[in-house]
Amino acid sequence: MALKASELSVGATYEEQVVDNLTRTQLVQYAGTSGDYNPLHTDEVFATQVAGYPAVFAHGMLSMGLTGKALTNYVGDGRLTKYGVRFKAQVWPGDSLTTTITVDEVRDEDGSHYADLSVVTVNQEGTPVIQGSATARLDP
Amino acid sequence: MSKFEFPVEASHILMFARSVGDPNPIYADAEQAKDTEPGGVIAPPTFCQASAQFNPDYFLRPKIGEPWFGSGKEPTGAPAGSGGGGTGLHAEQHFEYHRHPRPGDVLTVETRDGETWEKQGRRGGLLKFRESITEYRDQNGELVVTARSIGVQTEKVVEQEG
Repeated sequence: MALKASELSVGATYEEQVVDNLTRTQLVQYAGTSGDYNPLHTDEVFATQVAGYPAVFAHGMLSMGLTGKALTNYVGDGRLTKYGVRFKAQVWPGDSLTTTITVDEVRDEDGSHYADLSVVTVNQEGTPVIQGSATARLDP
Repeated sequence: MSKFEFPVEASHILMFARSVGDPNPIYADAEQAKDTEPGGVIAPPTFCQASAQFNPDYFLRPKIGEPWFGSGKEPTGAPAGSGGGGTGLHAEQHFEYHRHPRPGDVLTVETRDGETWEKQGRRGGLLKFRESITEYRDQNGELVVTARSIGVQTEKVVEQEG
């Protein structure tokens, strides 16, 4: 189900909602699997009363992981060669996130085909929370 | 600078994929994964971050017998005077995949410091950036994933917009 270089054009886009109504439970789940137990993400008492935030908020790496799901759904399993992001804004419980992937370039390198992609994930207000890029290996 | 071993395990991959809401069977079902191009279970793209579980010195994991800064009887268990109002946040993360890790790999994780710089921020006061580069090498010494992380220390709590 990988993308084909011969059928992919610059400017093509793919969009996917990667989370709907993010729960605090999912933040706990992610803390548990990633090993990042920073109480800013799971401890509402600490996040609000000590750190001064309005609530706990998502690990940046959870937003990157959610965005990665859209990428692998688009380019196929095991096809990513690069994936990088900037964390643009915090993600809060209740947020819904949508990822848009755009094909910037389709190119050949050492006999293989690759697509360079830009990636942006926005919240329900359209504010970018993740902005980044990725490269994927394509079929001919 | 740190160096430790990260055993890649199928159950950890399954739970990690669940935690990022990804039902793709290639992360959870060895039978179904056989029929995919990779030919077996692989790790999701951000899985290497979970190597923190195996870092003996990881500072964001509570350690038995040591004070923890999250809430207990009080809103924080941090020793008095340790707070500064600012927050350490993750600014950027980049992965380069030489191949995708699989269950059974034992990756050696080695992190070195990169560059540091400062910038005046719009919402968080003075921002101090610190880069680190982590290499994940397999049991044969082959490079599997290279990660570049940029952290930022803010002077104060990041102001919310709107």
